[in-house]
Amino acid sequence: MSGAARITARGWGWRHGDRPRPAVSGLDLDVAPGERLLLLGASGAGKSTLLAGLAGVLGDAQDGDRAGELLVDGMVPEAARGRVGLVLQDPDGQTVLARVGDEVAFGCENLGVPRDEIWRRVGEALEAVGLDVPFDHPTSELSGGQKQRLAIASVLAMRPGLLLLDEPTANLDPDGVAEVHDAVERLVAARETTLVVVEHRVQTWLDLADRVVVLEPGGGVRADGPPTSLLRERGAELAASGIWVPGHHPVVDRIPAAEEAPALLVGEALAVGRRRFGERAPRTAASGIEVTVRSARTTAVVGPNGAGKSTLGLTLAGLLTPVGGRVVATQTLAGPLGDAPVRWRSRELLTRIGTVFQDPEHQFLRGTVRDELEVGPRALRRGEADVASVRDELATRLRLGALLEANPFTLSGGEKRRLSVASVLATAPRVIVADEPTFGQDALTWAELVRLLGELVASGTALVAITHDQELVDALADDRLVLGPARQGVGG
Amino acid sequence: MSLVVPEIRRSWVAGINPLAKLVVALLVGVTLVLSIDIVSAGIVVAVIVVLLPFCGLSARQLAVRTSPIVVSAVFAGIATALYGVDAGAVLLRIGPITVTEGSVALAVAILLRVLAVGVPAVLLFATTDPTDLADALAQLAKLPARFVLGALAALRLVGLLLDDWEALSLARRARGVADRGRIRRFLVQAGTLLVFAVRRGGKLATAMEARGFGGSVRRSWARVSVLRTRDIGFMAVGALVVAVAVAAAVVLGTWRWVL
Repeated sequence: MSGAARITARGWGWRHGDRPRPAVSGLDLDVAPGERLLLLGASGAGKSTLLAGLAGVLGDAQDGDRAGELLVDGMVPEAARGRVGLVLQDPDGQTVLARVGDEVAFGCENLGVPRDEIWRRVGEALEAVGLDVPFDHPTSELSGGQKQRLAIASVLAMRPGLLLLDEPTANLDPDGVAEVHDAVERLVAARETTLVVVEHRVQTWLDLADRVVVLEPGGGVRADGPPTSLLRERGAELAASGIWVPGHHPVVDRIPAAEEAPALLVGEALAVGRRRFGERAPRTAASGIEVTVRSARTTAVVGPNGAGKSTLGLTLAGLLTPVGGRVVATQTLAGPLGDAPVRWRSRELLTRIGTVFQDPEHQFLRGTVRDELEVGPRALRRGEADVASVRDELATRLRLGALLEANPFTLSGGEKRRLSVASVLATAPRVIVADEPTFGQDALTWAELVRLLGELVASGTALVAITHDQELVDALADDRLVLGPARQGVGG
Repeated sequence: MSLVVPEIRRSWVAGINPLAKLVVALLVGVTLVLSIDIVSAGIVVAVIVVLLPFCGLSARQLAVRTSPIVVSAVFAGIATALYGVDAGAVLLRIGPITVTEGSVALAVAILLRVLAVGVPAVLLFATTDPTDLADALAQLAKLPARFVLGALAALRLVGLLLDDWEALSLARRARGVADRGRIRRFLVQAGTLLVFAVRRGGKLATAMEARGFGGSVRRSWARVSVLRTRDIGFMAVGALVVAVAVAAAVVLGTWRWVL
């Protein structure tokens, strides 16, 4: 069996075991061999569920309820292992082995491909995605874009007739996005592979796709057609459901920056880095950084993956000790405390510097949204009335009111992000350091967050936004700090 | 490379099939726990010392890796000297504690034994790439591939979980709750890490399944793990050393069954 695969869905549906409503239901879809499909839909429309179904990894009756029929080349996907290759969003979460060559070989081994043939395929697959590293190169030493290309090479070596990409570029910087796009473009050029891509950001794949299918939350297909005409006719409607449609990206009015803004934090000849577990000395991630964080201004920290942006953010936030140079808090920010934020007590940071972590889950501490919002005010020993009023105000402002009893870990991506921001705002810090606050968000949540951050800055908060989201930079940044490729920090 | 995926330097010992090393380490361990005496353990320790330069480890690496074993050996020795069964002349008396010739001899035997059993295990892992060990266990020892590769993949998760732990610690400081209750905080954070571990594990399992892992097809192996003459020789020499150590102890009359 070879060549591109055909997809047929008839009244297909799936309900995850722990959810009351089906993620997908009543889906009818035909995809011809060699077609390139861009699969869209609002958050929760079941895009990832469909891909998992096609890859045959949804599980059995214990994991959920199946309805109707979903076939790849007339077979249930579980029986078509190797015909279908799935690449997921998180580059770290899907690497199995320690060496690049072994990683690519893994799928072939599982299919029982003979040894000589495996290594021939490994070479071909790595070449096809343009990953020019030795077979014994450690997988942990690759950049985000390289890791995603490795993931694509790994499924490619299995010679799939159907390639499924689930937001493959969501975690990548612009260079990484381009690398992955170009690799996929080469792969599907010969039309020997059917392609289904899920991505919030339509623009990335528009030139490759010859068909767009929009899933309707709750069931079925909402729109189906060629990209150009479909986006022309229904672009506004799709944008309103949170999809990033070119020409319909959200616009947030800029609030002019305040002049005469007092400095709050100053980085002087700063070198940042962290000590990895089991190592004696920290590794320097970026150095030679000069930066001044001012009240009522947004400082955008930009640069490629691995340039040390996050490490700089954590250092400015008083969480990591600088490797070299100093982070100085001015009198305005420090008040009676010393001028090195990293020496402050945990509680003393709360009203001064708040940190929104890249992965919201890392900062969740409690079992309900309500308790989560109360953590900061309680740590400051505010009175019950104060705690309640802060909580309720933030819950309203960030549309979390209906979720107060929910467990933070069960929220959607957008809700988690809003909660992580709200819990930081609860103690009204004068400086907010936000690491990729808009990362992977749909257009609606994006606009909401950007508007909120803009308002905070206008009201006097200093914002340090670490991001490779150019639109965020355009919407908010007053000052820019560009970090170069690894180890060469440039002040700016 | 990280602690979790240690860099294995090329060396004579690193070149030996992991299964051969594992067999020898097990053989030494199992045999030496049968007796407590200076001669058998002493001979094995002497051979290990001769082997050390061929392991490709720097002095610092060697010191760091073996330090837990050395420290516990010393403590076990001291404890035995102080509290072990007394015999022969009394060397030292502090209140109820007596150190005698007999308890000192026992202490040295214990110390050597902990070293003789522990150091080979440390050297095994310090000179073995986990992937190669997995290959050997699955292909030569015929352990189930599902189990061996699952364990190997789990090893990669450890690196991610260390990063998670750091982020969780920093987040707790940022959220204002890191000033007090260190022990409680540690326990709660460990619970959170467990949640992350389960979820990361689930994701990785899905990724592996999507690539055909655990299917009905008979798996092939991209890397061959074979026992060469050198590996057989290594095992033979290992067995010989153990046999000589035991024989010497018996002949010299120091062998003492612990059972």
